[in-house]
Amino acid sequence: MTESPDWPLWEVFVRARRGVAHTHAGSLHAPDAAMALHNARDLYTRRSEGVSIWVVPTATIAASSPDEKDSLFDPAADKAYRHPTFFQLPEGVEHL
Amino acid sequence: MNLFDQVLALGDDALVAAQRMSEWCARAPQLEEDVALSNIALDLLGQARELLSYAGSVEGAGRDEDALAYLRDSNEFRNAQLVELPNGDFATTVAKMLCFAVYQNLLYQALVDGPDAVLARIAAKAVKETKYHVDHAVLWTLRLGDGTVESHQRMQAGLDDVWPFTHELFEPVVPGVSLRAPWLAVVEPVLRSATLRRPLDGWAPTGGRQGIHTEAFSYLVMELQVVHRAYPGGRW
Repeated sequence: MTESPDWPLWEVFVRARRGVAHTHAGSLHAPDAAMALHNARDLYTRRSEGVSIWVVPTATIAASSPDEKDSLFDPAADKAYRHPTFFQLPEGVEHL
Repeated sequence: MNLFDQVLALGDDALVAAQRMSEWCARAPQLEEDVALSNIALDLLGQARELLSYAGSVEGAGRDEDALAYLRDSNEFRNAQLVELPNGDFATTVAKMLCFAVYQNLLYQALVDGPDAVLARIAAKAVKETKYHVDHAVLWTLRLGDGTVESHQRMQAGLDDVWPFTHELFEPVVPGVSLRAPWLAVVEPVLRSATLRRPLDGWAPTGGRQGIHTEAFSYLVMELQVVHRAYPGGRW
């Protein structure tokens, strides 16, 4: 199987069922959006994993850099008060 | 054609198309396309299993799907010759998939409303599957036909190769179902959009429904049956 460098990469997001968010499922190569959707159906929903698919050109995604990890994420580490852990749960509350 | 012959013809169409399509597995031009073609082959195989099982029960001679698929000689198969044609290049495969998938989709649509309850049930599932096959074939026909100079030339050549064999699809298998006109109504606009020339009607090879097949068919049947004939009834 030969590489086709001229086919762009697409990221695939699948919604498992109504009411939940689309979740990143993986990526694939395709010449255009219609083919990407078509291929995503075969690659990521063939075992009934989803009810909706998004595809996004990988090149259009802006990502944080691993080098910025310290400044972006470490400052949150010692701010435990941002977690809602200082409340007593009332009796009978189930879905929290 | 009695009911057994009708169902057998439809089952053999699906079985042989599945076997040919599965030859692309691990050979398709792209990994993604490999999965797509394999999925389509599996859809067709699923249709073949149900149709052949039903044919066996209609016949009432104790033959199940395996007996019909694995223990008949090539001249006992009733598939149209279109589905047994060698795959050729990818464009030829796309042309064949377009012609066959549109035919199957229209046929199954007709069977859903037909008088036979078992065929209607099998067809109800197959309508959705073949709709996807049509979509896939149309996407590729447009891209190859209206693509580069070479892809256009190959798509046209593939279409010219398979077109004569489409006529046999419209010899009536199921009484009262005439599909040539609705088939052309789907296929011709696709060819126009893909900037392809619609081949002229002329030579119309036939005989598949009577068990007359092309040279390539016996090799396909041999490959289909070799394991079962070496290990009859083998399971794993």
